[in-house]
Amino acid sequence: MRLPGGLRVSLSVVTALVLVVIYVPLLLVLLNSFNTSRTFAWPPPDLTTHWWQQAWHSEGARDALWTSVKVACAATLVALVLGTLAAMALRRTRFFGRNVVSLLIILPIALPGIVTGIAFQNGFRTILGIQLSIWTIVIAHATFCIVTVFNNVQARFQRLGGNFEQASMDLGAGPFTTFRLITLPMLRSALLAGGLLSFGLSFDEIVVTTFTASAQDRTLPIWIFQNLFRPNQAPIVNCVAAALVLFSAIPIYLAQRLSGNNAEAMTGAR
Amino acid sequence: MSLLSRRPGLRVGLLLTPPMLWLGVAYLGALAALLITALWSQNDFTGNIERAWTLDNFRDLFQIPVYRTIAFRTIGIAVLVTLIDALLAFPIALFMAKVASPRWQRVLVIAVLMPLWASYLVKAYAWRGMLSTGGLVDSIASPFGLGTPGYGLVATTLTLAYLWLPYMILPIYAGLERLPDSLFEASADLGGTSATTLRRVVLPMVFPAFVAGSIFTFSLTMGDYIAVKIVGGTSQLLGNVVYDNQGAANNLPFACAVATVPIVVMLAYLAAVRRTGALDQL
Repeated sequence: MRLPGGLRVSLSVVTALVLVVIYVPLLLVLLNSFNTSRTFAWPPPDLTTHWWQQAWHSEGARDALWTSVKVACAATLVALVLGTLAAMALRRTRFFGRNVVSLLIILPIALPGIVTGIAFQNGFRTILGIQLSIWTIVIAHATFCIVTVFNNVQARFQRLGGNFEQASMDLGAGPFTTFRLITLPMLRSALLAGGLLSFGLSFDEIVVTTFTASAQDRTLPIWIFQNLFRPNQAPIVNCVAAALVLFSAIPIYLAQRLSGNNAEAMTGAR
Repeated sequence: MSLLSRRPGLRVGLLLTPPMLWLGVAYLGALAALLITALWSQNDFTGNIERAWTLDNFRDLFQIPVYRTIAFRTIGIAVLVTLIDALLAFPIALFMAKVASPRWQRVLVIAVLMPLWASYLVKAYAWRGMLSTGGLVDSIASPFGLGTPGYGLVATTLTLAYLWLPYMILPIYAGLERLPDSLFEASADLGGTSATTLRRVVLPMVFPAFVAGSIFTFSLTMGDYIAVKIVGGTSQLLGNVVYDNQGAANNLPFACAVATVPIVVMLAYLAAVRRTGALDQL
């Protein structure tokens, strides 16, 4: 593709500039995790690994990490099942209300987080009289995670069509055998990519979480938020933050490898 | 078994039942309950919710000027954030889709995606550091006789635009990638300069992708109350009013009434853009 030279140069300059702006804050977090100054004085007076040691032994951070992993796994599991079912239902069939169903699937991400958050909190506490717990977080998270799985699976269906499944049925396999031997292997990488996105979405969520978590359930984002403004904890929070930045490379790499198709890996990105 | 293949309606019904129970009954039910609770009131003495119909919450919402100010301020910031992100995202997405080699394209997609996985709070917090007096923004701007905007609405707008930028880049990139190169060549053959091609061919065709991105940036901004707490100083957005009323002020019915404002705004926006086909690109 040949765009005129001037345009190409200016586009690359803008791209480079914006990427710098995107990454400078993240690099600052990394650098500050080694800063000896508790208030992150700039430039750092000296470098130390002291905060990393403290962060490693921080009980609060460990508990919160474990809570977040549990919530994200449970929400992803629900999203995988419901998202796949919805994508299979909307495949090839035109029926009355089809658009309503697809609108309903995107609604939890199209409506602002405070709306989803307070709707669930009010539903649980006022209407149903249920105490908030780790499970109320899971229910709320799964609701907005469904769309990531749905998008990935739907894109895969569109790309591959239904010929293999029809061949399988023609050869005498029932719908469940066909699903197990043909559809599921066909969807495997799309499900992994969608599941990863859903895990990441849930792992990082804070707005809906603050509304649906009890005072005892601290996910990692809630722990970070509670400790952000405590002078003693700030350097430790910064280390946890830096670790999160580093670890974020892993799911991205996996999602890229798995989907093989750029556009597909991203459409689920909320 | 053959019953399922002979009756496609039954198959769709069985497949759809679990997701629709979750989304249609639980989620829509919660939204409906929100609207109902907004019509109840809170007893100031007992702190209990009184299940008697009243429009008091909505009267307060419309008649107390501070809520109107906060509502318009929130919508204004959401519009501003969306415009900033659209302006920044288009050149990057165009570069990624039409200039970069396939290898670089992959690298850039990862480079844009990666910050999405880095914690939201970490990024907001990093901006708090950068915007502080003597922070990075201050030291870069001081040679030009400028300083940091300090913590307030400007800082909030900047931070939110930073946070949601990838959500705008990705749909536009996907939209541009779908555009065949031959369109650019045809426009050039017909004498269109690159500016004309961008304005009259590319922009109209990727408009739905802009709209898809704007749904994210708009909705995420409307629903945020954390970033403004971190970099916004004492400023308040709708989200803060909702959060404080359900928590500290313990007036859940009023919080529900306030939450109807972003619902109405978003539903109106979704209805307005439905025809562009943007909803299929989410």
